[in-house]
Amino acid sequence: MAKGMKTTKRVKYKTSFLDRLISVITYVVYAFFAFVCAYPFYYIFINSISANNLSERGKILFLPKEVHLNNYAQVLKIPDLFRALEVSVARTVIGTIFTVVIAAFLGYMFTRETMWKRKFWYRMVAATMYFNAGIIPWFITMNNLGLRNNFWAYIFPVAVQPFYVILCKTFVESVPKELQDAAEIDGAGTLRVFFSIIVPVIKPILATVAIFAAVAQWNSFQDTLLLVTDNKLYTLQYTLYQYLNQASSLKALVNSSSSGVNLAASLAHAQTATSIRMTVTVVVVLPIVLIYPIFQRFFTKGIMIGAVKG
Amino acid sequence: MKKFLSNKRKMRGYREFLYILPILVLVLIFSYYPLYGWIYAFFDYKPPAPLSEAPFVGLKWFKNMVSTDVKIREVLRVLRNTFAMSGLSLLFSWFPMIFAVFLNEIKCTPFKKIVQTVTTLPNFISWVLVYSIAYNVLNSTGVINQVLMNLGIVDSPQLFLQSSEHIWFKMWLWLTWKNAGWSAIMYIAAITGIDEELKEAARVDGASRMQIIRYIIIPSIMPTYFVLVMLSLANFLSNGMEQYFVFQNAFNKDSIEVLDLYVYNLAMGSGGYPLSTAVSILKSVVSLILLCLSNKFSKLVRGEGFI
Repeated sequence: MAKGMKTTKRVKYKTSFLDRLISVITYVVYAFFAFVCAYPFYYIFINSISANNLSERGKILFLPKEVHLNNYAQVLKIPDLFRALEVSVARTVIGTIFTVVIAAFLGYMFTRETMWKRKFWYRMVAATMYFNAGIIPWFITMNNLGLRNNFWAYIFPVAVQPFYVILCKTFVESVPKELQDAAEIDGAGTLRVFFSIIVPVIKPILATVAIFAAVAQWNSFQDTLLLVTDNKLYTLQYTLYQYLNQASSLKALVNSSSSGVNLAASLAHAQTATSIRMTVTVVVVLPIVLIYPIFQRFFTKGIMIGAVKG
Repeated sequence: MKKFLSNKRKMRGYREFLYILPILVLVLIFSYYPLYGWIYAFFDYKPPAPLSEAPFVGLKWFKNMVSTDVKIREVLRVLRNTFAMSGLSLLFSWFPMIFAVFLNEIKCTPFKKIVQTVTTLPNFISWVLVYSIAYNVLNSTGVINQVLMNLGIVDSPQLFLQSSEHIWFKMWLWLTWKNAGWSAIMYIAAITGIDEELKEAARVDGASRMQIIRYIIIPSIMPTYFVLVMLSLANFLSNGMEQYFVFQNAFNKDSIEVLDLYVYNLAMGSGGYPLSTAVSILKSVVSLILLCLSNKFSKLVRGEGFI
């Protein structure tokens, strides 16, 4: 018996020199990949909290020096930026609610066999995944609807996401039909069944949809670029893009913020183009990094369900 | 009685339709109605004047694309960029798969988890943020230039972003930086689904790790890979514009302008609305054909399509 154990053990752990070499190389290569992905975030973060006269000259590479949080206080005082933050938060919250509610409701309704021409409507919605009219026809449509320079341009066009509708539909179909039937015999109508039977059961998939929709809303850039010229409606992404792309707007910002600071303020705390750029980047990336750990749990779930029909 | 019941059932069907009607209207307005805008490609439309005043010009704008040598060269340039970017992605499409395969070989779970977490994160930030990171890391005072100068490899800061050198490859690198970890998750899920006994049996028969990878793991995730390659073939002309838009500047514009970005630049710049619409119509039609072809091919090979 003992002898038998020993042999299996030996078979299992039999490693050649080549195998061990591959192991070592694997670790080194993946450590490199991880570094390449993580370091830029770290680099920008330590620069945003280090002395500004050092960060401006590129002296902060691996450890923060003369740590201070002044940059964050300064950046949030920039009126444009604070407004952009509000717009971004508003569109993320409202947009996510719209997308989730619609995906859940439509996903459920498309499983109702009683519905008039159900298959046709389902195909009509699903088909929109495979085409789009192009930028100009879309722009003209939005213009005709009065959705230029309008906050709702961030919400309505992306409210119905066929992919999420299909996710929810697939999930609802996996819920035992008896549950719905029983409620209906007790006299519950279509809507009642949705709210008291379906919603509680499909919560996990709704969480997945919510988190993906929220990230998409937060990251959205193109709609602002095409439809918005009113700076009251600029999002954080768009404002950041402007800071990066128009050196002049950043310079004006540096001048206006440094004129407010008294001369005694040390060079380490005076705003520079670099410090503003880095700090704003951290502000924009932070929500993503913060929700990321919660979010990670939903990945495989989302992908696997998506793979069923995707 | 029976009729009454079926009537009731019918009424219920209509009512249920009414519930979703507002949502269907949204879909009609934002996904179907814009298709009507394709007619702009057939008129001599100049924005402030309404379409009704614009003269009908038939296929003028479609012919316009290839009317002169300069324009033909422009179209070819944009197609070359599009093909280069999509081609590079296709050429290296095995990378996320291999990434997943070897990540799975790592026995130290915490290390594996950290690698997976960290490499997936970039997928969830926008292209603007990626550009911001690129800018901060690569500009003249950025870390790359600092390190290169400290090591004495270069003696003055290099302007990486303001050059068209190797731009296709650089764009592929950023795309991979952003997407590879995320794409790998799908393969990791597929690998987890492989029957452990199969691997165990191979091990007992004396298979080395490389042999297990080659004869068991890779063949069982091939279907996933195949579907993804088919999808990227279907999307060959659609690189999206955001990445190239944020990275574009006067120095690299000629080699970075892919079809999607070209449509945008045309609309905002010299070409005007009709020409831009004509280009995007052609693109949509070709894309649709590509989608059908790759779906058909997938049906032939695997017995099922992906639509």
